[in-house]
Parts: sequence; structure tokens; C-alpha cells
Amino acid sequence: MVSARSVSVGPSSLSYTDLPWIIQHREDRCTLCGHCTAVCPKEAIYLAYRRQRMPKLDVLKKSRGNEYRTFVGIRQKTTMANACIGCSMCSMVCPNEAIMPVPNTNEHRTLFFHNQKGQPQTRGGRRNVSGPNLLDRIMFDRISMLTDPALDAGRHEFNLTTTLGRTLDPAEFLKRQSKGGWIPPTREIFPFVIGSMSFGALSPNMWLGLLQGVAYCNEVLGIPVVMCTGEGGCPPWVLKSPYLKYIVLQIASGYFGWDEIIRAIPEMQCDPAAIEIKYGQGAKPGDGGLLMWFKVSKLIARLRGVPEGVDLPSPPVHQTLYSIEESVMKMIQTMSTAFGHKVPVYPKISASTSAKSVLNNLVRNPYAAGLLIDGVDGGTGAAYNVSMDATGHPIASNVRECYLDLVAQGKQNEIPIFAAGGIGKNGNVAQNGMALIMLGASGVHIGKYIMQAAAGCLGNEKNRCNVCNVGICPKGITSQNPKLYRRLDPDLVAERVTEVFMSISTEMKKIMAPLGRCQSLPVGMSDALGISDKDAADRLGIKYVC
Amino acid sequence: MCRLALKTANEPFSPYEVLTAMEAMKEGYDGSGLGLLLRGLRFDCFKYNSSHPVLSGIAHSEAAWKRLNTIMEQRGYELIHDHKFLTETSLIEAKDRYRYFLRVYKMPAEFEQRSTEEIENELMLTRLFLRANGEENGNDLTAFSFWPDVAIIKEVGWPLEIGEALSLYDNRLTSRVCMAQGRQNTNYGINLYACHPFFIQGIATMTNGENTAFVPIRDWLLGQHFPGYTGYQSDSEVFAHILHYTVKQLKLPLQAYKHIITPLNNAELNRHPQGVFLRGLRDVCRRLIIDGPNAVIGTLADETCLLVMDQKKMRPATVGGRDGAWAIASEMCGVAAMIPDRDPSLDFQPMREHTIIVPPDRKELTIWSQLDPYPLAQVA
Repeated sequence: MVSARSVSVGPSSLSYTDLPWIIQHREDRCTLCGHCTAVCPKEAIYLAYRRQRMPKLDVLKKSRGNEYRTFVGIRQKTTMANACIGCSMCSMVCPNEAIMPVPNTNEHRTLFFHNQKGQPQTRGGRRNVSGPNLLDRIMFDRISMLTDPALDAGRHEFNLTTTLGRTLDPAEFLKRQSKGGWIPPTREIFPFVIGSMSFGALSPNMWLGLLQGVAYCNEVLGIPVVMCTGEGGCPPWVLKSPYLKYIVLQIASGYFGWDEIIRAIPEMQCDPAAIEIKYGQGAKPGDGGLLMWFKVSKLIARLRGVPEGVDLPSPPVHQTLYSIEESVMKMIQTMSTAFGHKVPVYPKISASTSAKSVLNNLVRNPYAAGLLIDGVDGGTGAAYNVSMDATGHPIASNVRECYLDLVAQGKQNEIPIFAAGGIGKNGNVAQNGMALIMLGASGVHIGKYIMQAAAGCLGNEKNRCNVCNVGICPKGITSQNPKLYRRLDPDLVAERVTEVFMSISTEMKKIMAPLGRCQSLPVGMSDALGISDKDAADRLGIKYVC
Repeated sequence: MCRLALKTANEPFSPYEVLTAMEAMKEGYDGSGLGLLLRGLRFDCFKYNSSHPVLSGIAHSEAAWKRLNTIMEQRGYELIHDHKFLTETSLIEAKDRYRYFLRVYKMPAEFEQRSTEEIENELMLTRLFLRANGEENGNDLTAFSFWPDVAIIKEVGWPLEIGEALSLYDNRLTSRVCMAQGRQNTNYGINLYACHPFFIQGIATMTNGENTAFVPIRDWLLGQHFPGYTGYQSDSEVFAHILHYTVKQLKLPLQAYKHIITPLNNAELNRHPQGVFLRGLRDVCRRLIIDGPNAVIGTLADETCLLVMDQKKMRPATVGGRDGAWAIASEMCGVAAMIPDRDPSLDFQPMREHTIIVPPDRKELTIWSQLDPYPLAQVA
């Protein structure tokens, strides 16, 4: 045994088996083309020269000796900065199936070293909890067997839209109608909304692809999909285009991008779909938005009115306001006024035990057009790992509680509740969304799912990839580096967006038809839901089935 | 599937006529119950003043019967006629029927000072009080209606047998309007209150089908905290309450009912002359949109009768008749049984956009389409 000093190990030294992903490389197949090393976003692999001893035994001469062979091979770096993230880009580009990352089934040591230089881990993605979530376990069990004919999902007409915006009490509506009073604006939209992902968090190609897809859904397929900008404004050409009507503009605590938006108001050809005021985000409640300096490119800097290459952390609260009550009063009214009271304005909050108080506040604000509640399983482009993994509130019980609170007041859907956070986390997007709708949501927002389904985002809840924050997205979805985002073809993203929404609308019909529903979205149809978990059933006020 | 029959005629007729129509439609039906609503009453041995409220229901025990008398006296109502059904109890399945009652009361003198709305509320609250009292006492008292010129009978069993058990053929009790529904077991438990027709403040509806949007509608109606919006032993009860909400609370014309329960789609609204208003109405009343296969037959206090279909016309219903007498039934043979002396070629089967209205003069039908202009001056 040699003394420890002669071996170059330190407290943070790691070996392959300490890493979450181990690169498996087959030298017999490798042609040394170098594609894998060139594409790797983490520079986790490198070409290395190695020497191999070839024992040589000459039996007749009774002599032993060695020969040495030199070869070039792919090796994995074991430093934290270069640890493989399992994105598999290397295997995607390899012409010869010579390389792939393999998940390390052993416990891995990197968990203890995500704090280099005193910096806790930051990342993108979702809470790292995998497996079926509560929404996946909800079943639609009130099948209309007694009366016939049943509905035909393939042939009957279904109304799949929802209302975004405040609806008045019917008596109040008639009163205002006869006296020429103000009727709050509403939009009839597809209940699956592309959630807020900023121009900045997303690459220009991704954003363009989404917008193209949304426009196609609306104008060709007749599926009235809308998408939300997230914080960080909207490209001026979109603001002045007729496509603005498919866009929900978000304002958040950093107010990034709103100079451009306010200046564009006189030149807008149409009103935006809505204004979303972000007070919180399910993935990182109590924390503001964050665009790390890696992604603050020249374009983004111009759009947001900031210098290039600086971190852009939005404050956790709106600085000009003392409390959300004040904010609800002033900010919603101000935004509504800015757009001539013709655009619905609603806040987004993170799911929380205090969501009901916010909701009741909104009920009393005539300008509030809805409430979006974002649950703990929501995604983010950048946040501290501890915020994502340990902070927040699941969406299902929060939405249910809020809906039942409105039911008690006879005001359900006057203030529509939209739900977000983990919808489609395991791919069951229509099922998850419809479960939330039947629990009382008027619609759902999907962000991460859209990145995964429409653009092939590789991130998952076993911490695969999840490097959106540092702008090295291997697919070019969340990068501002042209070399990376040119990998993403906006036309193909648009095509996938339309495929996703066509498929969601078919699945919605397949869920609604057996329940005998076709005329209106089954908001609050909790009698259709069952779950094989007694506690969850009791908490949600749905049936326990087994 | 439930069987529905309604007959309205200028000359009062026996409810037994409608029961025979039910018998004509018996095929494919389990005969699990009967609900009868009579409007425009005539008693053969009593000259009835149609402004006096009639209380109808069942006392299941002598104690309940006594309590009923006490409650009505305490609330100041004076009994002026007590219609006794000649009851053949052996024909009734249930064994806890002490007395079917149908009693005419005189309202307390102080009611003369009150507005119509206050009186209507008082009548409804009296009925609800009796119902609650029965429920507190092991369901020994069932109150179906308490309203001028309206009588309701509900019972479990085969419709014609119930009619015979209560001697409805004897012409002692006749009416100008009669609604009957043979109730099939639906999704909810057997309960006398679950029998159609449902009644609230002069408005009644009955339905064959299934309202799959029942729970969200019920939740919203309950949230209005209007005392009469209660019960909901059947998913169809909300049809009566929505009609009540439309004409009594919102004070909209009858045509609005169809626009509320089955609004037009966007393309149709875009073409409609009052499309903007109707879209607004649809949005604010979105929580009252019904779903599932349903034919809704209703009557109003002024003896107007109506029939509307679900949005996809997934239930049958036919209307036919002649000047002075009209019938609406879920089956064509039902219409034929009720009004044989009509021209059957003029029978009409409404489509999804239609509301059939038989006005109180019973001269001719109004076939009103949702696509027609909406009759409200302020939105024109």
C-alpha cells in the first residue's frame, strides 16, 4: 500500500461510479469522429491517448517481454463541473452506436458536492420526485351506462372551450346589459394553455416554433390555444402583429420587457389574450424569476432593457407594493385600465395554504379576471434545487379547496381558477388536466410538458439534464447561444405543437364522452372522479374506489 | 327510460286519461313509480276558487297527520276543503301510507297586505317547513306542493295501478293540465321526492333522460342560498330550478330557458341577430348548461306548457293535438292515446333548437327556434 499523499485525491475527488451517469464507450465501434465530444453540453467527455501493455511471451526462446500499443479513446471527466447529465446527445450523434450514458444505480456522491465555491445547486426542471403523481391516480368512473345513446367521441360535436375572464352574476349581467354598463372582457380559449415561459428562458427558435404552432392551432385547426410570455416581454414584431391575440402577456416583479410593451400599445393591431401578473411560481414559491447571465444575450438584453451578460434576478415581491391585497387592488386595476378594460387581467400565485385568502380578495375586485394557481410540481428555467425540491404545495387539493370555497358563495367560475404544476408530468396530460378541471379548475397551464412534447426536452425528475439555467440546453430549447438553438427547427416545433393539441382535444373527448358530457367543459364535475386512496378521496371530496 | 305524458285542454279531464297514455307507452319501461301534477283543478263536490293554495302530499302516520294540522293552523292557514281519495291500499306497494292528502286552504287575512312575491315565498317556505318536519321525524310526512291550483301525487309502483289505488278514474278530481311521469330507477336511490315532476313556486318540469352535468349545476344553485333550491334527490330536479331561476329570478322570457340550458355554438351565435347578447348570457349562465340526453317538459303557473330537447336531441318527444287540447309525450303512441281525435300528420317532433310552447289559450302551438330572433326589447 502506498501513502495517501502519493495518490492525487482530495475531498471532492470523484470516480466514475460516484457520478449519476456513467459513460459507456465501446472502443471496438468508435471511429473517433469526435461528434460526441463536440456535442456534449457539459464537456463531460474527451478524447484521450492511452497506452496499453501487450504481454509478449516467446515460448521457444523462453523469453518474456512487453510491447506497448497506443490508442485513442473517449473518457469521462469526473469533476463536478463536467459531470455527465445523462442528456444522451453523444449517443444521438454517434454514427456507430459506440457511446451512451448509463444511469448509475449505486448511490452517487455528487449529491454532496453540489455546493462548490459555497454555491448551492441551481438548476432548471421540476421537483425531483418521479413516479405516478396524485393526478395520475384519479379515475373517471361515472360512466353513463343507464341512458343511451351514449356520446360518440369521434362523431358528435363537443364544446371543449373554457372562459378566461370574469363572468358576472347573471342578474348583474342583465342589469348592466340594460343600462349599458361595463361587461368584463372574457376570452373563449382551449383549456390547456401554454404556460408562462419567457423569451429569455426559451431560445428564439423555441419561442417562434411555439407561436407558429399556436397560430396554426387557432387559424387552421380551430383550437383556440393561447400561450403566455412569462416575464421578460415579447418581441416587438409580435406585439404589433395580429398574433398578439393568442398571447397572454406576463408582468412580474422585475417588470422586464414592459417598457417595450407599453410603448407598443398604440401600435397594437389587436388586444392580447390576457395579462398575467405573476406573484409566485409553484416550482420556487417565495422566490422571484431568475435569468442567469449565461442567457442574457444581446437580443435578450435589448428586449429587457438591461446590460448584456448580467444575472437578472427578479425580486420575490413586487417592490412598489406592501401586500398582495394592495397589489390586487392597484395593479390589476392599473393593467386593466392600460388596456382600456378590454383585456382580462389575472394574477398567478404559487399554490399555498394562503391561496384561499388571495382568491377571496379577488372575488371582491371587479377587475380581477381569474386566478392561476401553480403547484409544487411546476417547472422553472432556473431556481435553487432546495426551492424546487422542498418548497411548495401540491396543486390538486389547493384547487379543490379554492373551488369549494367559491361554491359555498355560489360564485364558482365567476373568477375562473386555472391550475398548473405537474400536469402531464408523466405524459398523461389530458387525463391530468381533465382531473383538475373536474376538481374545479376552469383550465390548466402546461409548460414543461410542452417543452418535452413539442421540442424534445430531455429533462426528467431523476435530474436528467436540467441545465436550462446555464444556457447549455443540448436541444437548443432554453439556450441563447446560436450554436445551440440552431439545432432546434421552429417549423418542427410548430408541427409538434399542433400534434400535441390535436391529440389533447381527442383525448378530452374520449374522457368526456363516456361521462355523457359534450355541451360544456365538466368544470367541478367531481361526481365523475374516483381514487383508490381513502385519504386523498376524503381530502378532495371525491369517491374512494377499490 | 322514463315515460312522459302531458295533456292540456280547455275542458278539465281526468288524470286517468293520462295514465292510460302511460300504459300505451309501457313497452321497455320498468314502471317503478308515478308522478302526477294537476293544474287548473276542478273538484266535483266543491266549488274551488283557484286563488286558494292546495297542499298535496302523504302523511305516513297518524302522528304526522296531526302534526300537519297543527303546523298549518299555527301558520294561520284555514282548511276549506279536504279531498279524500278513495284508496285501495292493497294496490300500493308501500305499506306506510296513512293518508294521501290534497287540501285546499285559505290564506291568512294579513296576506292581503303582502306583495305577490312575499306570498309566493311564504307558500314555498311552508312547503319546505313541512318537508323538513317530515324529514326530522323519520320521513313520516311528505309535502309535494303548496300552491294555488296545483296538486301533485307521487308514488312508487306501476302507474295505472297507482291510479286505480287512488280511484283517479272516478272523475271526482279533474284538471285542465296534467303532467305524468313513470319513473324509472335512475342513478340515485328510490325516494318519493326523486319522482318527477319537480315543482317550485308554480313552475314544474319533468324529464326523461339523464342530466350528466347535475353536480356542478346543483352546486351552483345551492350556492344561491335560495330556500327552494334544495332537495336534489334526482338529477332532473335542477331543470325545474333553472326554469324558475330564468323566469322568476332573472325575469327573462320563456325562450331564454333554451338559450341557458343548451346555448348555441359559436358559429350559430355569430350568425344570430342577438348573438352578442346571447354569447354574454351563455357565458354568465355557463354553470347552468345541462348535458346528456334529455327531453324537458314543463308547465308554468298560467298553464303555459313547454317542451325542449337536449342540445343533441338524444331523447324522443312528440307534440300533437288540436285547437283546445294538446298532448306532449315521450312516445308517439302516448300522444295518440291522449288525443285520438287529432290530425296525426300535424304532430311535431322538435329538433335540438326548438322550444315548443302551448300558450294558455291552447289555440295553436308555437314552435320557436333558438336561431330565431330573441324576444327581448333591450337587446334588439
